[in-house]
Amino acid sequence: MSTGVLRTRLRNGLEVRLKEIHTAPLISAWVWYRVGSRNERPGITGASHLVEHMQFKGTPKFPAGLLDKAISRDGGYWNAMTWLDWTAYFETMPAGSIDLGLRLEADRMVHSLFKAEEFESERTVVISERQGSENEPTFRLAEEVQATAFRVHPYHHEVIGHMADLETVTRDDLVQHYRSHYVPNNAVLAIAGDFRTGPMLARIRDLFGAIPPGRKARETAIPAEPEQRGEKRVVVEGPGETPFLDIGYHVPAATSDDFFLLSVLDSALAGASSLNLFGGGISNKTSRLYRAMVGGEVAASVGGGLAATIDPYMYSIQATVRSDRTPEQALQAYDDEIARLLDHPVSADEVAKAIKQARALFAYGSESITNQAFWLGYSEMFADYAWFETYLDRIAVITPEQVHAVAVKYLAPANRVVGIYRPNGERGLD
Amino acid sequence: MGSAALTERRRPLPVLDVRSLPGPETIERRVLANGVVALARENFSSPSVILSGSLAVGALGEPRPRAGLADLTASALMRGTVSRPFERIYETIESLGASLSIGAGTHSTSFRGKSLAEDLPVLLDLINEVLRYPTFPKAQVDRLRAEKLTSLTIRDQDTGSVSQLAFDELLYQDHPYALPSDGYRETVSELTEADVQAFHRRAFGPRDMLVAVVGAVRATEALDAVEAVLGNWRNADQPQPVGLPPVPGLSGIVRRDQVLPGKSQSDLVIGSVGPGRFDPDYLVAALANSILGRFGLMGRLGDVVREDAGLAYSVASSLTGGPGPGPWLVMAGVAPGNVDRALDLIRTEIGRFVKGGVTPQELSDNQANFIGRLPLQMESNEGVAGALVNMERFRLGLDYYQRYPGLVASVTREQIRDTSRRFLDPDLMAIAVAGPGAAGG
Repeated sequence: MSTGVLRTRLRNGLEVRLKEIHTAPLISAWVWYRVGSRNERPGITGASHLVEHMQFKGTPKFPAGLLDKAISRDGGYWNAMTWLDWTAYFETMPAGSIDLGLRLEADRMVHSLFKAEEFESERTVVISERQGSENEPTFRLAEEVQATAFRVHPYHHEVIGHMADLETVTRDDLVQHYRSHYVPNNAVLAIAGDFRTGPMLARIRDLFGAIPPGRKARETAIPAEPEQRGEKRVVVEGPGETPFLDIGYHVPAATSDDFFLLSVLDSALAGASSLNLFGGGISNKTSRLYRAMVGGEVAASVGGGLAATIDPYMYSIQATVRSDRTPEQALQAYDDEIARLLDHPVSADEVAKAIKQARALFAYGSESITNQAFWLGYSEMFADYAWFETYLDRIAVITPEQVHAVAVKYLAPANRVVGIYRPNGERGLD
Repeated sequence: MGSAALTERRRPLPVLDVRSLPGPETIERRVLANGVVALARENFSSPSVILSGSLAVGALGEPRPRAGLADLTASALMRGTVSRPFERIYETIESLGASLSIGAGTHSTSFRGKSLAEDLPVLLDLINEVLRYPTFPKAQVDRLRAEKLTSLTIRDQDTGSVSQLAFDELLYQDHPYALPSDGYRETVSELTEADVQAFHRRAFGPRDMLVAVVGAVRATEALDAVEAVLGNWRNADQPQPVGLPPVPGLSGIVRRDQVLPGKSQSDLVIGSVGPGRFDPDYLVAALANSILGRFGLMGRLGDVVREDAGLAYSVASSLTGGPGPGPWLVMAGVAPGNVDRALDLIRTEIGRFVKGGVTPQELSDNQANFIGRLPLQMESNEGVAGALVNMERFRLGLDYYQRYPGLVASVTREQIRDTSRRFLDPDLMAIAVAGPGAAGG
């Protein structure tokens, strides 16, 4: 058992994680379901995210519209998010009020109404959400890069789903998706904050213990993405005057040893990324790519991103090309820097810096109870809490030679998709 | 339990242990001889520290052809000093896992740094150095300007930003609030390192500077450290704050539509001039704003535009609350064909709001929210530092957050009605829309 964390499973299969933190009179409660865009098939892409929206549309006990007001009234903060591998709901509330959040989560695990008229209204809201994203060139580009990188695996499509599917998915599709994935034996309840573990666990048994387990969400075989053989390129054209680059490399799942090495490589190459949901990040102006591309005056900004996933996903580099440069110039500067990296491995100093940065980012993240509860559940979606607790120790022993080895292994052209956003130069008109 | 508990009316407002909130007993405050006000509060629950503050220099007073000068200057401060070039400044920060950033707004230039507590001295040395001894190397300013121009190019294609810019120009006309603090492409492209140098020499100084330190550092030691680095800063020529001219009035609905071809969605902004933070009715207006377009899932406007009509992913109202009369506005992103319908719904709801007022339940729910959310707002060092700067900047008193539950609870429905009527009239509003036009993307 981890220090200070209770890990247990109710008889119906619900995994429970509890961590007492008594620094502020707050409690953050999260329910994590192992369902995301990874569990969708063509025709119902976006269903997990739509279900998440419908989870705010009420149950017989908690009618729509009253809930948000009740939570807000108590000074609470709640939200939900859908991603590739999971869907999560949370309430962070004054400690004395958390029971409302727990009752709500237990209730909507099984009793969401999915009223037909609510569904139609929410369909247009989500279409509007997608249209808002489409206004961003970087969304359009990332969507194409992802689709190009994954031909077979469902990481192929964006979490929000294809527009065609949003227009045609039915209420029955959603109800079926909800019923097959929203069962206690497919969920993790993670709570951190100002409570006593014993009484909290008793209350959880009261509220969640009687929910019947579902037929274990049949993990329809998710096909592995075949190895990519040769570089792929994709070009997106659209409005604006600014080009963008988005370069994605296939990388392994979060549980792989290489994932930790890649996170150090990412720090040296593109700057330390914060995996925290809250707590802020740090700048990347001493990273190799910033020096080569922004210092080299071809890009206005550059950044990297590594995501912890169940199945192998992507390590991506995104650059905003300066308005007075071409994407080809930026790509050349990028390729030159990668060639230098492969010729001149990262130094011991760069590795030491990455380790210190990771320590600082973890310290920043620990200020927030919401962020601590987030890690308690999030880590369980792709590994377990020990992954989080041992992260810094695993990073601390990494050597420059190991980082060089993963750079050689994954940063090969044959393993990447190069995405270019080419603006058509139209300016706005009055 | 269940809906019974949810619909229960007139529950008492939450009672907070006000001693857990920042107050005179836990805040150390020191006014340095040069006018810097330093504040500190301890928090040893995590090993980090925040350094946050502001200087009394901003974009206010920039003539239109110079728009963006204060912003470019603030960003250029960290591009080199008399003792450290750009690369060493960032090597110092990033090798510690720390962060430090500076930016300018209309009224002030703000900075924010974060580090492990043991590294606070490094952060303080750096902020002192970049504020007082920047060198603005030409090559760095040229590069920075090109990066800014790229950002402005992106801004000018962003439907949200374009509608906001158009709204400010319509509403404020010749008033300085009509100008964006990051300037325009045609103005920023003309700014030189000499302009930046001269602006810095003239306008930067310690008077009215605020510094807050919050985190795992003894408060008195934090103030000693601030005084040790900033205490000897002098600028006898530091200009007096620029006064604001009166805001122009509207005589009806003014509207501008900006076409951005190829976009999928339109963004709209509608509103009028609101109260500044020094206005005695500010807190009343903030509660009114919450009821109108924030509470729960975006208040009444969320109910009407998002929940009932399904027109938008987001619709929300906001009140700027700066030193001067910033806008009180509503923003939404909608399908291009739904712009006029959304605007009608919003104007109708604003009309109902100012005419019919708010219900006792709405007021009490929002009062409870304002009070109950304080512990969450003060949970992080950032939140507390923001509160300290807020109290000092707007002269609220160090016991403001302890008095706050009482202030909120004393607001009446009549005050909400009168204050809303003072600022909001659905027939006197500026409207700006940016999107693909009626034909859609």
